[in-house]
Amino acid sequence: MSKRIDVKNLDIYYGAFHAVKNVSMTIEPRSVTAFIGPSGCGKSTVLRTLNRMHEVIPGAYTTGEVLMDDKNLYAKDTDPVDVRRQVGMVFQRPNPFPTMSIRENVLAGVTLNSKRLSKSAADELAEQSLRGANLWTEVKDRLDRPGSGLSGGQQQRLCIARAIAVQPEVILMDEPCSALDPISTLAIEDLINELKSDYTVVIVTHNMQQAARVSDRTGFFNLEATGMPGELVEMDDTQKIFSNPSKPATEDYISGRFG
Amino acid sequence: MSATTAPETPPQQHGKPTKRPGDVLFRGLSTASAFSILLILAGVAIFLVSEALPVFGADPAEVTGGEGFVSYVWPLIFGTLVASLIAMVVATPVAVGIALFVSHYAPKRLGTAIGFVIDLLAAVPSVVFGMWGFQVFAPRLVPFFTWLSDNLGFLPFFETASRTGRTILTASLVLAVMILPIITAVSREVFLQTPRLHEEAALALGATQWEMIRTAVLPFGKPGVIGGTMLGLGRALGETMAVAIILSPGVFTWNLIDSGNITVPAEIALNFPEAAGLRLSELIAAGLVLFGITLGVNLLARWVVNRRAEFSGAN
Ligand SMILES: Nc1ncnc2c1ncn2[C@@H]1O[C@H](COP(=O)(O)OP(=O)(O)OP(=O)(O)O)[C@@H](O)[C@H]1O
Ligand SMILES: [Mg+2]
Repeated sequence: MSKRIDVKNLDIYYGAFHAVKNVSMTIEPRSVTAFIGPSGCGKSTVLRTLNRMHEVIPGAYTTGEVLMDDKNLYAKDTDPVDVRRQVGMVFQRPNPFPTMSIRENVLAGVTLNSKRLSKSAADELAEQSLRGANLWTEVKDRLDRPGSGLSGGQQQRLCIARAIAVQPEVILMDEPCSALDPISTLAIEDLINELKSDYTVVIVTHNMQQAARVSDRTGFFNLEATGMPGELVEMDDTQKIFSNPSKPATEDYISGRFG
Repeated sequence: MSATTAPETPPQQHGKPTKRPGDVLFRGLSTASAFSILLILAGVAIFLVSEALPVFGADPAEVTGGEGFVSYVWPLIFGTLVASLIAMVVATPVAVGIALFVSHYAPKRLGTAIGFVIDLLAAVPSVVFGMWGFQVFAPRLVPFFTWLSDNLGFLPFFETASRTGRTILTASLVLAVMILPIITAVSREVFLQTPRLHEEAALALGATQWEMIRTAVLPFGKPGVIGGTMLGLGRALGETMAVAIILSPGVFTWNLIDSGNITVPAEIALNFPEAAGLRLSELIAAGLVLFGITLGVNLLARWVVNRRAEFSGAN
């Protein structure tokens, strides 16, 4: 179910602003890859190109290739809608649909495209996804209550359940814990660890301990100066990045001498 | 020890801030405005009720039609409701469509231009709509009415076709044009306020543009659209001039495409100048009934909007 991603010479623009330059990297299947780096260096921007969410911003575009198991996501005949069905996303701020119940939220992606599910199949999928997001026991008695009535951490796990309900190949997470308390954060980190047995996970985080705890590989992004495009400085096994990085800029950043 | 004992000085008293003249003045002004609106409303209600009272005690034979107030007023109410409902049913989908186009499909410039044109439509006085409906729109509807009665004449609504086009359906369609801007404007505002976060959530799940609108924009905007529709309905229920000019009035009929029927406001406008005594009371009582209906519609709308307030995303 999980796929490898190869990024080749990716340049990312917001209109005339060149936000990220020349990123090339490989993201292994069934692993957790973390993006770290100072604010504004383009981590979220790169993440959003992996499911073609970048281009929903007016004027935004990219050049270069993103290959998922050798299929170019940016090929002319690739429909971004199909890409997003295969590459799920969890946002920084929990964003369950406020007009939907918990159950409807989980099934939101599946009921799109007028896919018909029997009631029992839907129930089963909802339960399975909520269990997958470690949320089932907390919400099983109130599936018909609004999703916005949950705590922030529960809402974020609801969003994860919503993302895994469509059985994507890859899950992208943009600072999924930054709005959460330490206990909810721990719950999500545990969950990420479980998710990697089935999915390719890419996570952006500002918390270096978190990157060290959850990820197998880490990419460090940086920008030379404000107004300049961000770039991928290096990407390596997480252990190597945090113990013995090959670039001085990485060393400076992780030892806190910077940013 | 000193840290655990109660402070010697009494805690500072809250409230009773110093009175500043500006605050006092504005407080007085805003309170006065609030009360004056209540007074005016009460005055209108008292006027309506006291002037309408004679009709309820009157001999049924003396009321217009000769069978009492109820049989006098229900065809008027029927006409009003039918015209307003048709207007609402026709205008709402069009308005929502325009609002969606302006907020989510059109390039920014085009969207702004269309929004501006719609707002202009709201600035057209209702007499002008009336004259246009009478002179231009009604005659052009005649072939359509004829077609309806030829093909769907077995339905009571389309039995015979008017040859002038001055029918309740024509009036309803003009009303629809008149309430279009308000419904469009309100819907556009709420659609534009859909949180970006929810739109992106839908897109990231693999929603197409239309699916995104269905999952994120429409549910979020629903209370607003209902509110806008009710505003439009309120305007349609009370609209006088356009209906008075366009409709060739008559007694109650199910037929929508021939002369006949009348609405409460048009009935009042057409008869008020010569009315006196009991006739005057009848008209005012009809106005009172309309007032009650409009109030009911607004309460209903409020209830519909609040019923799923938990799910509205307002928290
Ligand atoms: N919608 C946008 N329009 C224009 N420029 C943008 C937009 N979003 C981001 N940028 C710019 O792109 C650059 C990279 O932003 P991005 O959000 O990817 O940074 P980030 O690494 O995720 O930062 P943070 O850690 O603060 O989230 C920044 O210079 C930012 O100002
Ligand atoms: Mg970011």
